[in-house]
Amino acid sequence: MTEPVLALSGLSKSFGALKVTDGVELDLRPGEIHALIGPNGAGKSSLIKLVAGELTADAGSIRFDGREISDLDQIERARLGLTRTFQVSSLIPEFSARGNVMFAAQARRRSIFGFFRQVSRDRELIDEAMAALDRVGLASRASVRVSELSHGEKRLLEIAMALAMRPRIFLMDEPMAGLGHEGSQKLIGFLDQLRSEAPILLIEHDMDAVFQLADRISVLVAGKIIARGNADEIRNDPEVRTAYLGEDAA
Amino acid sequence: MPEFVTEHRLNILLALILLGGPLVAHYADEPFLVTLATRATILALAGVGLNIALGLGGLVSFGHAAFFGLGGYAVGILASHHQNYEPLMTSPFVINGTNQMLVLWLVAIIVSGLAALVIGALSLRTSGVYFIMITLAFAQMIYYFAISWPAYGGEDGLSIYVRNAFPGVNTLRPLDFFLLCYAVLIVVLIAQWKMTGARFGIALQAVRQNEGRVAALGLSPYKIRLAAFVISGMVTGLAGALYADLNRFVSPSMMSWHLSGEIMVFIILGGVARLFGPVVGACLFVLFEHAFGSVTEHWQFFLGAALLAVVLFARGGFIGLVAGRVRHD
Repeated sequence: MTEPVLALSGLSKSFGALKVTDGVELDLRPGEIHALIGPNGAGKSSLIKLVAGELTADAGSIRFDGREISDLDQIERARLGLTRTFQVSSLIPEFSARGNVMFAAQARRRSIFGFFRQVSRDRELIDEAMAALDRVGLASRASVRVSELSHGEKRLLEIAMALAMRPRIFLMDEPMAGLGHEGSQKLIGFLDQLRSEAPILLIEHDMDAVFQLADRISVLVAGKIIARGNADEIRNDPEVRTAYLGEDAA
Repeated sequence: MPEFVTEHRLNILLALILLGGPLVAHYADEPFLVTLATRATILALAGVGLNIALGLGGLVSFGHAAFFGLGGYAVGILASHHQNYEPLMTSPFVINGTNQMLVLWLVAIIVSGLAALVIGALSLRTSGVYFIMITLAFAQMIYYFAISWPAYGGEDGLSIYVRNAFPGVNTLRPLDFFLLCYAVLIVVLIAQWKMTGARFGIALQAVRQNEGRVAALGLSPYKIRLAAFVISGMVTGLAGALYADLNRFVSPSMMSWHLSGEIMVFIILGGVARLFGPVVGACLFVLFEHAFGSVTEHWQFFLGAALLAVVLFARGGFIGLVAGRVRHD
Protein backbone atom coordinates (compact mmCIF):
# COMPACT_ATOMS: atom_id res chain seq x y z
CA MET A 1 0.00 0.00 0.00
CA THR A 2 1.25 3.47 -0.81
CA GLU A 3 2.09 5.88 1.97
CA PRO A 4 -0.63 8.44 2.56
CA VAL A 5 0.26 12.04 1.67
CA LEU A 6 -1.91 13.35 4.47
CA ALA A 7 -2.72 11.55 7.71
CA LEU A 8 -4.87 12.85 10.53
CA SER A 9 -4.97 11.03 13.82
CA GLY A 10 -6.88 11.74 16.99
CA LEU A 11 -7.73 15.18 15.69
CA SER A 12 -10.03 17.09 18.03
CA LYS A 13 -11.40 20.59 18.23
CA SER A 14 -13.99 22.13 20.52
CA PHE A 15 -15.68 25.49 20.61
CA GLY A 16 -16.66 25.70 24.26
CA ALA A 17 -18.83 22.67 24.97
CA LEU A 18 -19.35 21.95 21.28
CA LYS A 19 -17.06 19.26 19.88
CA VAL A 20 -16.80 20.00 16.18
CA THR A 21 -14.06 17.48 15.61
CA ASP A 22 -13.84 14.45 17.83
CA GLY A 23 -10.88 12.11 17.50
CA VAL A 24 -10.86 12.05 13.72
CA GLU A 25 -8.63 9.53 11.94
CA LEU A 26 -8.37 10.09 8.23
CA ASP A 27 -5.82 9.80 5.46
CA LEU A 28 -5.42 10.75 1.85
CA ARG A 29 -3.41 8.56 -0.53
CA PRO A 30 -1.78 9.58 -3.78
CA GLY A 31 -4.14 9.56 -6.73
CA GLU A 32 -7.35 9.21 -4.77
CA ILE A 33 -10.42 11.26 -4.10
CA HIS A 34 -11.43 10.87 -0.50
CA ALA A 35 -14.88 12.29 0.05
CA LEU A 36 -16.06 13.57 3.39
CA ILE A 37 -19.81 13.58 3.77
CA GLY A 38 -22.16 14.20 6.64
CA PRO A 39 -25.25 16.16 7.59
CA ASN A 40 -25.16 19.93 8.03
CA GLY A 41 -23.27 20.92 11.13
CA ALA A 42 -21.34 17.65 11.26
CA GLY A 43 -18.05 19.56 11.25
CA LYS A 44 -16.90 18.96 7.68
CA SER A 45 -15.82 22.52 6.96
CA SER A 46 -14.18 22.72 10.39
CA LEU A 47 -12.14 19.66 9.54
CA ILE A 48 -10.94 21.24 6.29
CA LYS A 49 -10.06 24.38 8.23
CA LEU A 50 -8.08 22.33 10.73
CA VAL A 51 -6.13 20.71 7.93
CA ALA A 52 -5.57 24.00 6.10
CA GLY A 53 -4.48 25.68 9.34
CA GLU A 54 -7.28 28.24 9.54
CA LEU A 55 -8.22 26.64 12.85
CA THR A 56 -5.80 25.14 15.35
CA ALA A 57 -6.58 21.69 16.69
CA ASP A 58 -6.87 21.12 20.43
CA ALA A 59 -5.36 17.66 20.16
CA GLY A 60 -4.15 15.13 17.62
CA SER A 61 -1.69 15.14 14.80
CA ILE A 62 -1.64 16.14 11.16
CA ARG A 63 1.10 14.58 9.11
CA PHE A 64 1.87 15.70 5.60
CA ASP A 65 4.45 13.73 3.64
CA GLY A 66 5.36 12.03 6.90
CA ARG A 67 6.07 15.35 8.58
CA GLU A 68 4.09 16.73 11.52
CA ILE A 69 2.54 20.03 10.46
CA SER A 70 0.22 20.82 13.38
CA ASP A 71 2.47 23.66 14.49
CA LEU A 72 2.59 25.33 11.10
CA ASP A 73 0.22 28.19 10.39
CA GLN A 74 -2.07 28.49 7.42
CA ILE A 75 0.47 30.38 5.34
CA GLU A 76 3.22 27.83 5.90
CA ARG A 77 0.88 24.94 5.12
CA ALA A 78 -0.27 26.61 1.91
CA ARG A 79 3.38 26.88 0.92
CA LEU A 80 3.86 23.15 1.45
CA GLY A 81 1.21 22.58 -1.20
CA LEU A 82 -2.03 22.14 0.76
CA THR A 83 -4.33 24.16 -1.44
CA ARG A 84 -7.85 24.87 -0.44
CA THR A 85 -10.95 25.98 -2.30
CA PHE A 86 -13.74 27.66 -0.42
CA GLN A 87 -17.34 26.69 0.09
CA VAL A 88 -18.35 30.29 -0.56
CA SER A 89 -16.20 31.61 -3.37
CA SER A 90 -13.34 33.62 -1.92
CA LEU A 91 -11.86 35.70 -4.69
CA ILE A 92 -10.35 39.14 -5.23
CA PRO A 93 -13.51 40.98 -6.36
CA GLU A 94 -11.94 43.94 -8.16
CA PHE A 95 -9.51 41.83 -10.20
CA SER A 96 -10.44 40.13 -13.45
CA ALA A 97 -10.70 36.36 -13.63
CA ARG A 98 -7.23 36.27 -15.15
CA GLY A 99 -5.96 38.69 -12.50
CA ASN A 100 -7.08 36.31 -9.77
CA VAL A 101 -5.35 33.31 -11.28
CA MET A 102 -2.24 35.37 -12.05
CA PHE A 103 -2.15 36.37 -8.43
CA ALA A 104 -2.32 32.71 -7.41
CA ALA A 105 0.57 31.98 -9.77
CA GLN A 106 2.46 34.91 -8.23
CA ALA A 107 1.70 33.59 -4.74
CA ARG A 108 3.10 30.19 -5.67
CA ARG A 109 6.37 31.95 -6.46
CA ARG A 110 6.10 33.69 -3.07
CA SER A 111 6.85 36.87 -4.88
CA ILE A 112 5.70 40.11 -3.32
CA PHE A 113 8.61 42.51 -3.61
CA GLY A 114 8.31 43.48 -7.26
CA PHE A 115 7.95 47.23 -7.66
CA PHE A 116 8.54 48.07 -11.31
CA ARG A 117 7.85 45.21 -13.68
CA GLN A 118 4.19 45.39 -14.65
CA VAL A 119 2.20 42.26 -13.94
CA SER A 120 0.02 43.02 -16.97
CA ARG A 121 3.07 42.37 -19.16
CA ASP A 122 4.33 39.39 -17.20
CA ARG A 123 4.17 36.65 -19.88
CA GLU A 124 4.99 33.91 -17.41
CA LEU A 125 2.08 34.70 -15.10
CA ILE A 126 -0.31 35.43 -17.96
CA ASP A 127 0.42 32.16 -19.74
CA GLU A 128 0.08 30.17 -16.57
CA ALA A 129 -3.19 31.85 -15.68
CA MET A 130 -4.62 31.37 -19.17
CA ALA A 131 -3.67 27.69 -19.12
CA ALA A 132 -5.48 27.21 -15.80
CA LEU A 133 -8.53 29.17 -16.98
CA ASP A 134 -8.59 27.16 -20.17
CA ARG A 135 -8.65 23.90 -18.23
CA VAL A 136 -11.79 24.90 -16.34
CA GLY A 137 -13.38 26.42 -19.45
CA LEU A 138 -13.14 30.06 -18.42
CA ALA A 139 -10.60 31.26 -20.97
CA SER A 140 -13.18 33.31 -22.85
CA ARG A 141 -14.09 35.14 -19.62
CA ALA A 142 -10.51 35.91 -18.64
CA SER A 143 -10.78 39.69 -18.68
CA VAL A 144 -14.14 39.93 -16.91
CA ARG A 145 -14.08 41.40 -13.45
CA VAL A 146 -14.89 38.88 -10.74
CA SER A 147 -17.81 40.91 -9.45
CA GLU A 148 -19.39 40.53 -12.88
CA LEU A 149 -18.94 36.75 -13.14
CA SER A 150 -21.86 34.40 -12.57
CA HIS A 151 -21.99 32.19 -9.51
CA GLY A 152 -20.99 29.13 -11.51
CA GLU A 153 -18.08 30.95 -13.10
CA LYS A 154 -16.83 32.00 -9.68
CA ARG A 155 -16.88 28.36 -8.58
CA LEU A 156 -14.77 27.43 -11.58
CA LEU A 157 -12.43 30.33 -10.95
CA GLU A 158 -11.83 28.95 -7.44
CA ILE A 159 -10.66 25.73 -9.06
CA ALA A 160 -8.49 27.59 -11.58
CA MET A 161 -6.76 29.47 -8.75
CA ALA A 162 -6.11 26.19 -6.98
CA LEU A 163 -4.64 24.75 -10.18
CA ALA A 164 -2.27 27.69 -10.50
CA MET A 165 -0.95 26.86 -7.04
CA ARG A 166 0.14 23.44 -8.38
CA PRO A 167 -0.81 21.81 -5.10
CA ARG A 168 0.39 18.58 -3.56
CA ILE A 169 -3.14 18.01 -2.27
CA PHE A 170 -6.46 19.71 -2.91
CA LEU A 171 -8.78 20.48 -0.03
CA MET A 172 -12.10 21.19 -1.71
CA ASP A 173 -15.03 22.48 0.27
CA GLU A 174 -18.19 21.83 -1.76
CA PRO A 175 -16.86 22.75 -5.20
CA MET A 176 -20.21 21.87 -6.82
CA ALA A 177 -22.27 24.11 -4.54
CA GLY A 178 -24.84 25.91 -6.67
CA LEU A 179 -23.45 24.73 -10.00
CA GLY A 180 -26.60 23.16 -11.41
CA HIS A 181 -26.78 19.75 -13.07
CA GLU A 182 -24.83 20.47 -16.22
CA GLY A 183 -22.13 22.39 -14.42
CA SER A 184 -21.76 19.64 -11.84
CA GLN A 185 -21.42 16.97 -14.52
CA LYS A 186 -18.63 18.94 -16.21
CA LEU A 187 -16.82 19.49 -12.94
CA ILE A 188 -17.18 15.82 -12.01
CA GLY A 189 -15.47 14.91 -15.28
CA PHE A 190 -12.73 17.40 -14.53
CA LEU A 191 -12.09 16.30 -10.93
CA ASP A 192 -12.03 12.70 -12.10
CA GLN A 193 -8.91 13.50 -14.12
CA LEU A 194 -7.48 15.90 -11.61
CA ARG A 195 -6.93 13.19 -8.97
CA SER A 196 -3.96 11.85 -10.93
CA GLU A 197 -2.23 15.23 -10.49
CA ALA A 198 -2.88 15.53 -6.79
CA PRO A 199 -5.20 13.69 -4.43
CA ILE A 200 -8.36 15.48 -3.36
CA LEU A 201 -10.01 15.66 0.03
CA LEU A 202 -13.53 16.50 -1.05
CA ILE A 203 -16.44 17.78 0.97
CA GLU A 204 -19.55 17.54 -1.13
CA HIS A 205 -23.29 17.57 -0.61
CA ASP A 206 -24.06 16.36 -4.11
CA MET A 207 -24.31 12.61 -3.52
CA ASP A 208 -24.25 11.76 -7.21
CA ALA A 209 -20.91 13.48 -7.45
CA VAL A 210 -19.58 11.76 -4.35
CA PHE A 211 -20.65 8.28 -5.47
CA GLN A 212 -19.26 8.82 -8.96
CA LEU A 213 -15.95 10.26 -7.88
CA ALA A 214 -14.84 9.02 -4.49
CA ASP A 215 -12.41 6.17 -4.10
CA ARG A 216 -13.22 6.22 -0.43
CA ILE A 217 -15.92 7.96 1.54
CA SER A 218 -15.79 8.94 5.21
CA VAL A 219 -19.01 9.82 6.97
CA LEU A 220 -18.77 12.52 9.61
CA VAL A 221 -21.56 12.92 12.15
CA ALA A 222 -21.26 15.28 15.10
CA GLY A 223 -17.51 15.52 14.66
CA LYS A 224 -16.94 11.75 14.57
CA ILE A 225 -16.21 9.47 11.65
CA ILE A 226 -18.96 6.84 11.86
CA ALA A 227 -18.25 4.92 8.69
CA ARG A 228 -15.70 4.59 5.92
CA GLY A 229 -15.64 2.64 2.70
CA ASN A 230 -16.23 2.77 -1.02
CA ALA A 231 -19.45 4.00 -2.56
CA ASP A 232 -21.28 0.66 -2.33
CA GLU A 233 -20.28 0.04 1.25
CA ILE A 234 -21.43 3.48 2.33
CA ARG A 235 -24.67 3.26 0.41
CA ASN A 236 -25.53 0.01 2.17
CA ASP A 237 -24.24 0.86 5.64
CA PRO A 238 -27.27 0.78 7.96
CA GLU A 239 -25.77 3.27 10.40
CA VAL A 240 -25.10 5.77 7.63
CA ARG A 241 -28.58 5.31 6.25
CA THR A 242 -30.20 6.20 9.54
CA ALA A 243 -27.76 8.96 10.51
CA TYR A 244 -27.43 10.68 7.25
CA LEU A 245 -28.83 9.29 4.06
CA GLY A 246 -32.09 8.61 5.93
CA GLU A 247 -34.68 10.45 3.91
CA ASP A 248 -32.72 10.40 0.65
CA ALA A 249 -32.19 6.67 0.54
CA ALA A 250 -35.62 5.61 1.68
CA MET B 1 -9.98 50.02 -20.97
CA PRO B 2 -11.47 53.36 -21.96
CA GLU B 3 -12.06 54.50 -18.38
CA PHE B 4 -8.44 53.99 -17.51
CA VAL B 5 -7.42 56.10 -20.46
CA THR B 6 -9.71 58.83 -19.19
CA GLU B 7 -8.15 58.79 -15.74
CA HIS B 8 -4.70 58.68 -17.27
CA ARG B 9 -5.44 61.75 -19.39
CA LEU B 10 -7.06 63.52 -16.48
CA ASN B 11 -3.93 62.88 -14.41
CA ILE B 12 -1.69 64.35 -17.08
CA LEU B 13 -3.98 67.36 -17.33
CA LEU B 14 -3.89 67.83 -13.56
CA ALA B 15 -0.11 67.55 -13.51
CA LEU B 16 0.10 70.23 -16.20
CA ILE B 17 -2.28 72.55 -14.33
CA LEU B 18 -0.24 72.18 -11.16
CA LEU B 19 2.88 73.04 -13.15
CA GLY B 20 1.33 75.81 -15.22
CA GLY B 21 -0.38 77.70 -12.38
CA PRO B 22 2.81 78.66 -10.52
CA LEU B 23 4.64 79.43 -13.78
CA VAL B 24 1.93 81.93 -14.68
CA ALA B 25 1.99 83.29 -11.13
CA HIS B 26 5.75 83.68 -11.34
CA TYR B 27 5.67 85.70 -14.54
CA ALA B 28 2.71 87.69 -13.21
CA ASP B 29 5.02 88.56 -10.31
CA GLU B 30 2.89 86.87 -7.64
CA PRO B 31 5.51 84.97 -5.61
CA PHE B 32 2.99 84.33 -2.85
CA LEU B 33 0.89 82.21 -5.19
CA VAL B 34 4.00 80.24 -6.13
CA THR B 35 4.58 79.53 -2.46
CA LEU B 36 0.95 78.56 -2.10
CA ALA B 37 1.32 76.06 -4.93
CA THR B 38 4.49 74.73 -3.30
CA ARG B 39 2.56 74.18 -0.11
CA ALA B 40 -0.15 72.32 -2.03
CA THR B 41 2.49 70.22 -3.80
CA ILE B 42 4.17 69.21 -0.55
CA LEU B 43 0.88 68.44 1.19
CA ALA B 44 -0.10 66.42 -1.88
CA LEU B 45 3.09 64.39 -1.46
CA ALA B 46 2.17 63.71 2.17
CA GLY B 47 -1.23 62.54 0.93
CA VAL B 48 0.36 60.36 -1.75
CA GLY B 49 2.27 58.65 1.05
CA LEU B 50 -0.85 58.00 3.10
CA ASN B 51 -2.75 56.91 -0.02
CA ILE B 52 -0.37 53.96 -0.42
CA ALA B 53 -1.40 52.64 3.00
CA LEU B 54 -4.99 53.88 3.06
CA GLY B 55 -6.01 53.69 -0.57
CA LEU B 56 -4.14 50.65 -1.87
CA GLY B 57 -3.85 48.77 1.40
CA GLY B 58 -7.02 49.80 3.20
CA LEU B 59 -4.95 50.79 6.25
CA VAL B 60 -6.68 53.79 7.80
CA SER B 61 -3.74 55.37 9.57
CA PHE B 62 -4.67 58.31 11.74
CA GLY B 63 -1.06 58.92 12.68
CA HIS B 64 0.68 59.91 9.49
CA ALA B 65 1.47 63.36 10.86
CA ALA B 66 4.10 61.54 12.95
CA PHE B 67 6.05 60.63 9.80
CA PHE B 68 5.49 64.09 8.35
CA GLY B 69 6.86 65.62 11.54
CA LEU B 70 9.76 63.21 11.87
CA GLY B 71 10.81 64.02 8.30
CA GLY B 72 10.55 67.70 9.16
CA TYR B 73 12.53 67.37 12.38
CA ALA B 74 15.22 65.31 10.66
CA VAL B 75 15.78 68.31 8.39
CA GLY B 76 15.37 70.90 11.16
CA ILE B 77 17.79 69.20 13.53
CA LEU B 78 20.52 68.51 10.99
CA ALA B 79 20.18 72.01 9.53
CA SER B 80 20.35 73.66 12.94
CA HIS B 81 23.56 71.81 13.75
CA HIS B 82 24.94 72.95 10.43
CA GLN B 83 23.97 76.56 11.14
CA ASN B 84 25.54 76.52 14.58
CA TYR B 85 28.66 74.67 13.44
CA GLU B 86 28.25 72.11 16.18
CA PRO B 87 28.36 68.42 15.39
CA LEU B 88 25.33 66.29 16.14
CA MET B 89 27.57 63.94 18.10
CA THR B 90 31.29 63.59 18.66
CA SER B 91 31.77 60.14 20.11
CA PRO B 92 32.34 57.41 19.09
CA PHE B 93 32.52 59.25 15.76
CA VAL B 94 31.67 62.71 14.58
CA ILE B 95 28.38 63.40 12.83
CA ASN B 96 28.02 66.91 11.50
CA GLY B 97 24.87 68.69 10.46
CA THR B 98 24.33 69.42 6.80
CA ASN B 99 22.48 71.82 4.56
CA GLN B 100 22.38 69.49 1.55
CA MET B 101 18.80 68.57 0.71
CA LEU B 102 19.75 65.28 -0.89
CA VAL B 103 21.34 64.13 2.37
CA LEU B 104 18.54 65.61 4.45
CA TRP B 105 15.89 63.89 2.36
CA LEU B 106 17.66 60.58 2.68
CA VAL B 107 17.88 60.96 6.46
CA ALA B 108 14.21 62.02 6.62
CA ILE B 109 13.19 58.96 4.59
CA ILE B 110 15.25 56.61 6.75
CA VAL B 111 14.02 58.09 10.04
CA SER B 112 10.36 58.05 9.06
CA GLY B 113 10.74 54.60 7.51
CA LEU B 114 12.19 53.20 10.73
CA ALA B 115 9.43 54.85 12.76
CA ALA B 116 6.84 53.36 10.39
CA LEU B 117 8.48 49.97 10.76
CA VAL B 118 8.16 50.05 14.55
CA ILE B 119 4.70 51.65 14.64
CA GLY B 120 3.46 49.42 11.83
CA ALA B 121 4.85 46.22 13.34
CA LEU B 122 2.85 46.87 16.50
CA SER B 123 -0.25 48.52 15.04
CA LEU B 124 -0.79 45.99 12.25
CA ARG B 125 -1.53 43.31 14.82
CA THR B 126 -4.86 45.09 15.17
CA SER B 127 -7.37 46.13 12.54
CA GLY B 128 -10.36 48.37 12.00
CA VAL B 129 -11.05 51.00 14.63
CA TYR B 130 -8.26 49.67 16.85
CA PHE B 131 -5.76 50.27 14.10
CA ILE B 132 -6.99 53.84 13.66
CA MET B 133 -6.72 54.48 17.39
CA ILE B 134 -3.33 52.88 17.91
CA THR B 135 -1.74 54.79 15.03
CA LEU B 136 -3.22 57.96 16.52
CA ALA B 137 -1.80 57.04 19.92
CA PHE B 138 1.71 56.55 18.53
CA ALA B 139 1.54 59.87 16.71
CA GLN B 140 0.42 61.63 19.88
CA MET B 141 3.31 60.06 21.80
CA ILE B 142 5.79 61.45 19.31
CA TYR B 143 3.98 64.80 19.32
CA TYR B 144 4.23 65.16 23.09
CA PHE B 145 7.81 63.97 23.02
CA ALA B 146 8.66 66.80 20.60
CA ILE B 147 6.85 69.33 22.82
CA SER B 148 8.68 68.27 25.93
CA TRP B 149 12.16 67.95 24.43
CA PRO B 150 13.78 71.34 25.01
CA ALA B 151 17.01 70.65 23.09
CA TYR B 152 15.30 71.32 19.76
CA GLY B 153 12.92 74.10 20.64
CA GLY B 154 10.22 72.13 22.42
CA GLU B 155 6.86 73.72 21.89
CA ASP B 156 8.38 76.74 20.13
CA GLY B 157 9.82 74.70 17.34
CA LEU B 158 13.04 75.12 15.46
CA SER B 159 13.95 77.67 12.81
CA ILE B 160 16.00 77.05 9.71
CA TYR B 161 17.48 80.45 8.89
CA VAL B 162 18.47 79.76 5.33
CA ARG B 163 16.70 77.27 3.12
CA ASN B 164 18.87 74.20 2.54
CA ALA B 165 20.74 73.70 -0.69
CA PHE B 166 20.21 71.52 -3.72
CA PRO B 167 22.95 71.17 -6.37
CA GLY B 168 22.30 73.43 -9.33
CA VAL B 169 19.13 74.98 -7.92
CA ASN B 170 18.73 78.31 -6.17
CA THR B 171 16.30 77.07 -3.56
CA LEU B 172 15.78 80.59 -2.21
CA ARG B 173 13.83 81.56 -5.33
CA PRO B 174 10.21 80.50 -4.87
CA LEU B 175 9.80 79.17 -8.40
CA ASP B 176 12.99 77.09 -8.23
CA PHE B 177 11.96 75.56 -4.95
CA PHE B 178 8.49 74.88 -6.32
CA LEU B 179 9.92 73.12 -9.36
CA LEU B 180 12.10 71.01 -7.10
CA CYS B 181 9.13 69.94 -4.98
CA TYR B 182 7.04 69.37 -8.09
CA ALA B 183 9.74 67.14 -9.56
CA VAL B 184 9.86 65.10 -6.37
CA LEU B 185 6.07 64.72 -6.42
CA ILE B 186 6.03 63.59 -10.04
CA VAL B 187 8.85 61.10 -9.51
CA VAL B 188 7.04 59.61 -6.51
CA LEU B 189 3.74 59.47 -8.44
CA ILE B 190 5.39 57.64 -11.32
CA ALA B 191 6.98 55.21 -8.87
CA GLN B 192 3.62 54.64 -7.20
CA TRP B 193 1.94 54.14 -10.55
CA LYS B 194 4.53 51.50 -11.47
CA MET B 195 4.27 49.89 -8.06
CA THR B 196 0.48 49.65 -8.26
CA GLY B 197 0.67 47.48 -11.37
CA ALA B 198 3.69 45.47 -10.19
CA ARG B 199 3.65 42.38 -8.00
CA PHE B 200 3.80 44.30 -4.75
CA GLY B 201 0.90 46.57 -5.67
CA ILE B 202 -1.19 43.61 -6.80
CA ALA B 203 -0.52 41.76 -3.56
CA LEU B 204 -1.35 44.86 -1.51
CA GLN B 205 -4.65 45.41 -3.29
CA ALA B 206 -5.49 41.73 -2.92
CA VAL B 207 -4.87 41.94 0.83
CA ARG B 208 -7.22 44.92 1.07
CA GLN B 209 -9.99 43.06 -0.72
CA ASN B 210 -9.66 39.56 0.68
CA GLU B 211 -7.09 38.95 3.36
CA GLY B 212 -8.17 35.36 3.98
CA ARG B 213 -7.66 34.44 0.37
CA VAL B 214 -4.14 35.89 0.34
CA ALA B 215 -3.22 33.84 3.41
CA ALA B 216 -4.76 30.72 1.83
CA LEU B 217 -2.45 31.29 -1.14
CA GLY B 218 0.54 31.19 1.18
CA LEU B 219 1.39 34.90 1.32
CA SER B 220 1.54 36.78 4.60
CA PRO B 221 -0.94 39.68 4.72
CA TYR B 222 0.95 41.10 7.71
CA LYS B 223 4.24 41.28 5.83
CA ILE B 224 2.64 42.88 2.79
CA ARG B 225 0.85 45.48 4.92
CA LEU B 226 3.94 46.25 6.95
CA ALA B 227 5.99 46.85 3.81
CA ALA B 228 3.26 49.14 2.49
CA PHE B 229 3.07 51.02 5.77
CA VAL B 230 6.83 51.60 5.75
CA ILE B 231 6.82 52.84 2.15
CA SER B 232 3.85 55.02 3.00
CA GLY B 233 5.62 56.50 6.03
CA MET B 234 8.77 57.16 4.02
CA VAL B 235 6.91 59.15 1.37
CA THR B 236 5.06 61.20 3.98
CA GLY B 237 8.38 61.72 5.79
CA LEU B 238 9.94 63.04 2.60
CA ALA B 239 7.02 65.47 2.31
CA GLY B 240 7.75 66.60 5.87
CA ALA B 241 11.36 67.27 4.90
CA LEU B 242 10.24 69.53 2.05
CA TYR B 243 7.69 71.23 4.29
CA ALA B 244 10.41 72.10 6.80
CA ASP B 245 12.35 73.84 4.05
CA LEU B 246 9.26 75.56 2.68
CA ASN B 247 8.48 77.20 6.02
CA ARG B 248 12.10 77.25 7.20
CA PHE B 249 10.60 76.15 10.46
CA VAL B 250 9.58 72.94 12.15
CA SER B 251 7.38 72.62 15.19
CA PRO B 252 5.40 69.94 17.00
CA SER B 253 2.25 71.13 15.20
CA MET B 254 3.54 69.25 12.15
CA MET B 255 2.82 66.10 14.14
CA SER B 256 -0.54 67.04 15.61
CA TRP B 257 -3.56 64.89 14.96
CA HIS B 258 -5.13 67.78 13.03
CA LEU B 259 -2.55 67.27 10.37
CA SER B 260 -3.15 63.49 10.30
CA GLY B 261 -6.80 64.31 9.72
CA GLU B 262 -6.04 66.87 7.03
CA ILE B 263 -3.88 64.41 5.09
CA MET B 264 -6.79 61.99 5.23
CA VAL B 265 -9.15 64.72 4.02
CA PHE B 266 -6.97 65.28 0.91
CA ILE B 267 -7.42 61.66 -0.04
CA ILE B 268 -11.16 61.58 0.55
CA LEU B 269 -11.72 64.82 -1.36
CA GLY B 270 -9.61 63.72 -4.31
CA GLY B 271 -10.46 60.03 -4.42
CA VAL B 272 -9.30 57.11 -2.29
CA ALA B 273 -6.74 54.84 -4.00
CA ARG B 274 -6.65 57.09 -7.06
CA LEU B 275 -3.15 58.07 -8.12
CA PHE B 276 -3.92 61.78 -8.30
CA GLY B 277 -6.56 61.73 -5.56
CA PRO B 278 -4.36 63.31 -2.88
CA VAL B 279 -2.95 65.80 -5.39
CA VAL B 280 -6.41 67.11 -6.25
CA GLY B 281 -7.44 66.94 -2.59
CA ALA B 282 -4.44 68.91 -1.34
CA CYS B 283 -4.87 71.55 -4.06
CA LEU B 284 -8.58 71.93 -3.24
CA PHE B 285 -7.70 72.15 0.45
CA VAL B 286 -5.12 74.88 -0.08
CA LEU B 287 -7.43 76.77 -2.44
CA PHE B 288 -10.27 76.58 0.08
CA GLU B 289 -7.99 77.76 2.82
CA HIS B 290 -6.78 80.65 0.67
CA ALA B 291 -10.15 81.64 -0.79
CA PHE B 292 -12.33 81.36 2.30
CA GLY B 293 -9.58 81.87 4.88
CA SER B 294 -9.31 85.52 3.88
CA VAL B 295 -13.08 85.95 4.24
CA THR B 296 -13.72 84.13 7.48
CA GLU B 297 -11.65 82.31 10.05
CA HIS B 298 -14.32 79.61 9.98
CA TRP B 299 -13.27 78.53 6.48
CA GLN B 300 -13.11 74.95 7.64
CA PHE B 301 -16.89 75.03 7.84
CA PHE B 302 -16.93 75.19 4.04
CA LEU B 303 -14.30 72.50 3.82
CA GLY B 304 -16.49 70.33 6.04
CA ALA B 305 -19.48 70.95 3.80
CA ALA B 306 -17.44 70.00 0.74
CA LEU B 307 -16.20 66.88 2.45
CA LEU B 308 -19.71 65.92 3.40
CA ALA B 309 -20.89 66.42 -0.16
CA VAL B 310 -18.09 64.19 -1.46
CA VAL B 311 -18.79 61.44 1.03
CA LEU B 312 -22.54 61.54 0.38
CA PHE B 313 -22.67 62.09 -3.36
CA ALA B 314 -19.28 61.31 -4.88
CA ARG B 315 -17.74 58.35 -3.10
CA GLY B 316 -14.85 58.21 -5.52
CA GLY B 317 -13.92 61.81 -4.71
CA PHE B 318 -13.07 64.28 -7.44
CA ILE B 319 -11.27 61.75 -9.62
CA GLY B 320 -14.11 59.27 -9.25
CA LEU B 321 -16.59 61.93 -10.27
CA VAL B 322 -14.69 62.84 -13.42
CA ALA B 323 -13.07 59.58 -14.47
CA GLY B 324 -15.41 56.88 -13.14
CA ARG B 325 -14.59 53.72 -11.24
CA VAL B 326 -11.18 52.18 -10.77
CA ARG B 327 -10.25 49.56 -13.33
CA HIS B 328 -8.03 46.61 -12.66
CA ASP B 329 -6.87 43.95 -14.98
